[in-house]
Amino acid sequence: MSLAFSSKVLSGRRATGRRRPGVLPGFGLGTGYAVFYLSLLVLIPLTTLPLKTLELGWGGFWSVVLDPRVVASYKLSFGAALAAAGVNAVFGLIVAWVLVRYTFPGRKLVDALIDLPFALPTAVAGIALTALYARNGWLGGPLETLFGLKVAFTPLGIVVALIFIGTPFVVRSVQPVLEDLEQEFEEAAASLGATRWATVRRVILPAIFPSLLTGFALAFARGVGEYGSVVFIAGNMPMISEITPLLILSRLEQYDYAGAAAIATVMLGLSFVLLLIINALQAWQGHDKRRSA
Amino acid sequence: MTAPTRPPHLTEPRGLRIALIVVALGFLALFLGLPLSVVFIEALARGWEVYVAAITEPDALSAIRLTLIIAAIALPLNLLFGVAAAWSITRFQFRGKQVLLTLIDLPFSVSPIVAGLVFVLLFGSQGWLGEFLQAHDLKIVYAVPGILLATLFVTFPFIARELIPLMEAQGSEEEQAALTLGASGWQIFRRVTLPNIRWALAYGAILANARAMGEFGAVSVVSGHIRGLTNTMTLHVEILYNEYQFAASFAVASLLALLAILTLVVKHLIEWQGKRSIESAGQSYPVAVHAARPAMA
Repeated sequence: MSLAFSSKVLSGRRATGRRRPGVLPGFGLGTGYAVFYLSLLVLIPLTTLPLKTLELGWGGFWSVVLDPRVVASYKLSFGAALAAAGVNAVFGLIVAWVLVRYTFPGRKLVDALIDLPFALPTAVAGIALTALYARNGWLGGPLETLFGLKVAFTPLGIVVALIFIGTPFVVRSVQPVLEDLEQEFEEAAASLGATRWATVRRVILPAIFPSLLTGFALAFARGVGEYGSVVFIAGNMPMISEITPLLILSRLEQYDYAGAAAIATVMLGLSFVLLLIINALQAWQGHDKRRSA
Repeated sequence: MTAPTRPPHLTEPRGLRIALIVVALGFLALFLGLPLSVVFIEALARGWEVYVAAITEPDALSAIRLTLIIAAIALPLNLLFGVAAAWSITRFQFRGKQVLLTLIDLPFSVSPIVAGLVFVLLFGSQGWLGEFLQAHDLKIVYAVPGILLATLFVTFPFIARELIPLMEAQGSEEEQAALTLGASGWQIFRRVTLPNIRWALAYGAILANARAMGEFGAVSVVSGHIRGLTNTMTLHVEILYNEYQFAASFAVASLLALLAILTLVVKHLIEWQGKRSIESAGQSYPVAVHAARPAMA
């Protein structure tokens, strides 16, 4: 409280020479606490990753992160996340479209269900999906006898788990943009003689494309690091169905702390890149919105 | 929210509309509906007695207790951080604001396994503080404090993420008015800011809570899986599942699924309430300030 008071005096009452962050009280307290908390909980812990990695030396680092088993896991984690995000983009767009534009019984219930993957613990999703797609499961049995398709304990199972996890991202990114879309644009297109398909393709889709891409990127980023829903259904066979997070965990269990840190550093770097891309996409979306307003 | 019926030239042909609805519902039933129902069906597959026994055995009860304790400690800490961060970011201009914003987003794109790993590297026996902790007989990793830290790492952004866009959109005119009228910082927050953000606060809190109770990856790295001591509900589900006690595993999982359903219901109610309070408050700020007061009293 005393901090808040002094910053109020500084910023509100006394004319000081330096630029003031704002007139309201609480700058010192709010920012100070947020930065302190973040440093303690996130920044300091995260610096352990590169520092522990340093113990390996340059050559050691490369031999760990470019080990064939590790490289296979990157390919799997990124490939499966990409495939799942792609499926989510297509079906998420259809779901968002149907929820915003059409009426049907149970629409509100369906709308509420979309967030299930945010609320359901990943481990629960993992065992449920495994039970469904295992050979004796409701879906696994028919899929194998009818199409010879094995889902559980294969890379395909990982994609299925990531589709589950990623569903809300695309729907919840596209939905608000689609809701805000002015009907006038479509009126104008229709009055100028555009067919419905041309209106959708050339008026509506360009308007919602940035949000679709944002949803895709969010689902992808989440999928790359996902663990709980995947470990149960993946089968975890080295080189085939072993995801990168699991590999980090198994290094840790072998007390290979530096190795675990090295692989985690690579993942963290990639997370940062994805985060920057997502931020840029969201900035683009905001820019588009301002321009059209 | 209610989709108005559109004139025929502004919508798709009837056949296509029905086809799209079928595709959307089919996708959701396959990927969301089926997994949710299978949890309850598997949980009750061996009858009520097995179900009740599975959720009342001592290890299950201690896992439930630990999950509740962790969530109860994490929630106030998350609330405090969310409000502080949102206040700082939306009410002031300062250098490094963008960095702060990016850091708040970070846990969403860091793998939960990495989130757990960093605490092992910091506090584990080979970690930076390992020797110090051992010398003083303190245990963080493979004990409850570690589980708490990992949970905090993955849950702290939720509330800030809900508050920041809302407080950004609301602007600070109301708070400035209160300031010129002589209100203290605490009065401004309690009487002006809090009533305006309470629904977003509740919304973020319920999401953070769901994640805190349901976190698996990060917690599994730091827990050590000691039955009856450091097992949370999700870890208990995993242990039972790996021991092929499927009915018991799904029984505990069904409690978490019920929690998820409850979360969705409460979330829906909050969205509905929030929308209603915005509509009823009107837009001119003195009205909003007055309208908010009776609710706070």
